Amino acid sequence: MKYFKFICDKAIPLDIINVDTDQIIPKQFLKMVKKEGYGEFLFYNWRYQDDGTLLTDFVLNDKRYSGRRILLTRDNFGSGSSREHAVWALKDFGIIVLIAPSFADIFYNNCFKNGILPVKLKSQEVEFLFKNSENEEIVVDLDKQEVACCDQSFSFLINGFNKRMLMQGLDEIGLTLELESAIGEYESKRGIHSST
Amino acid sequence: MGRTLFDKIWDNHVVYQEKDAAHGNPSLIYIDCHLIHEVTSPQAFAGLKQHGRKVRRPDLTFATMDHNVPTTNRSIPVIDSDSSIQMHTLRENCNEFGITLFDMLSPQQGIVHVIGPELGLTLPGMTIVCGDSHTSTHGAFGAFALGIGTSDVEHVFATQCLWMHKPKSLNIKFSGTISHRPGISAKDIILSTIRQIGISGGIGSVIEYSGDGISTLSMDQRMTICNMSIEGGARAGLIAPDDVTFDYIRGRPFAPSGEKLEKMIEYWESFLTTDSETCHDKSVKMDLSRLVPQVSWGTNPSMVIDVTENIPYPEVFADGNVEQEKSAKRALEYMGLEPGVPITEINIDRVFIGSCTNARLEDLVDASRVLEGRTVSSSVNAMVVPGSQSVKRAAEEKGIDRIFKKAGFDWRESGCSMCLGMNPDILAPKQRCASTSNRNFEGRQGFGGRTHLVSPIMAAAAAVEGKFVDVREWF
Repeated sequence: MKYFKFICDKAIPLDIINVDTDQIIPKQFLKMVKKEGYGEFLFYNWRYQDDGTLLTDFVLNDKRYSGRRILLTRDNFGSGSSREHAVWALKDFGIIVLIAPSFADIFYNNCFKNGILPVKLKSQEVEFLFKNSENEEIVVDLDKQEVACCDQSFSFLINGFNKRMLMQGLDEIGLTLELESAIGEYESKRGIHSST
Repeated sequence: MGRTLFDKIWDNHVVYQEKDAAHGNPSLIYIDCHLIHEVTSPQAFAGLKQHGRKVRRPDLTFATMDHNVPTTNRSIPVIDSDSSIQMHTLRENCNEFGITLFDMLSPQQGIVHVIGPELGLTLPGMTIVCGDSHTSTHGAFGAFALGIGTSDVEHVFATQCLWMHKPKSLNIKFSGTISHRPGISAKDIILSTIRQIGISGGIGSVIEYSGDGISTLSMDQRMTICNMSIEGGARAGLIAPDDVTFDYIRGRPFAPSGEKLEKMIEYWESFLTTDSETCHDKSVKMDLSRLVPQVSWGTNPSMVIDVTENIPYPEVFADGNVEQEKSAKRALEYMGLEPGVPITEINIDRVFIGSCTNARLEDLVDASRVLEGRTVSSSVNAMVVPGSQSVKRAAEEKGIDRIFKKAGFDWRESGCSMCLGMNPDILAPKQRCASTSNRNFEGRQGFGGRTHLVSPIMAAAAAVEGKFVDVREWF
């Protein structure tokens, strides 16, 4: 499923800044040639001990948060590597909304291609959610571009292109191929490469 | 109105401009060169096949194997079956779709961001993408080069274009130079820059590096700078092309030649510049006159100090930011370091000279300068992994390999190697490594491994002493 419109759920609080994609999915799991099956390896080094048993003090292993589909986190989530495997792992684990004050560019872009909505809120709004989302549900409405929790609601920005892709679950490549004539025309004017 | 170098490259590549504001006004940008490797391409090829689509421009697409390849004897089969399957999959896909592949045993094989420039695939004014964040490297030639995810790799395969919203332009201007200052290198420039702007300072921006501090650098040095733009969070790095760039391009196998090239150079020279500094959205100035060798102490590339400094106290590093303080405490714990201790008192176990950041010929020559007549400490295991087979051959012709080997370094075959440890080259838990790579994230070089980012010459000196030293004192 590559579309998203609305969710009402409690959040998993991952209270760490600058979470990089090497943590989200370590390199030893990048050797598969498919897009599925990464969920069990999500945050592998933070979730498991050397002998493969679960580290109980990590939030993703905390039973209270089991099954939740919103990940609440801090600034610059998804920094580092371009590996889309990070997004595939979150998706496969069941996460479909990420809320943070900021995201790394490549990661942010990769989310939309896989039906995950990354929501950017102000730091104080994220702080409010950290204080309340443990027990309270968060409503994320993409159409209204709004996040609500308790008696508060926060609006968020998202560009129209990404919003439309997610709301309608569109095939981006299919859409671009409809512009075949524009691409062909550009190519016919282009020299050896278009820097000339 | 004036335009930046980035504005000009962007404007040259707009195939279609979405005008419906409700659709967010993205631009469809044409891609001149698409580089691929074995890790982030298989799912993109699978997607193409699933929809019965073709690679639109196999002639603009080039592949190599770098992430998984072993750096030891390549005449024996690859032991890791998953790596082997991934490499085989790339071979089959390139064959099926008619894409030029520099295979593991090719004399042109190497790290994708090392071979692009050395083959002359990377040219000024181009748009270049690759499913790898360090694609920013190619910006050293005045090309708009960016890392993309696998879905976008598939999109470029099928359409040779990408939908993008135009990033902002951030100018970082360097006064002062590192010329004639032995022991200081381009790696120190970029580490100190990321230390200043932070790892998210460049989000949403393309960084144009300028000033005397940049124009006096060689291409190998400029590539080190642009390579790490992504570590500052930037979409790409850019340096305006000049005579140093043009001299590098002349004679490269895939670059144009003769009169055609000279005409292109004339165009690049006149066109690929920023009209006025005021065109940038944001500007930062940096002074290189007091730059000293840099060493990272933490688990992201902004956690860096001068080699003359002590490991920082988290509250000092964080400067009042609660999240940063927590992050610094966590980093010190992971790295097994105590605040207040001089970084020069920290013993190391491993040295890695390699990666798309620092494995070009000049990096190896630079590191070898301090190794003549010296030997690697008995407590250190040190290796050199040249960025490409061409770099390896050129170094061997100069006798650089003999200097490394005589000093006690392992001299390996080319690839990404221990920069990310997808092949057998990894750190053991708690091993401490002086590394010329680009990321010191937790577990990056091996589970529990402790990475300190440094320049090649600092890494070589650390190998000899078994700890970090101020290499300036050796000149």
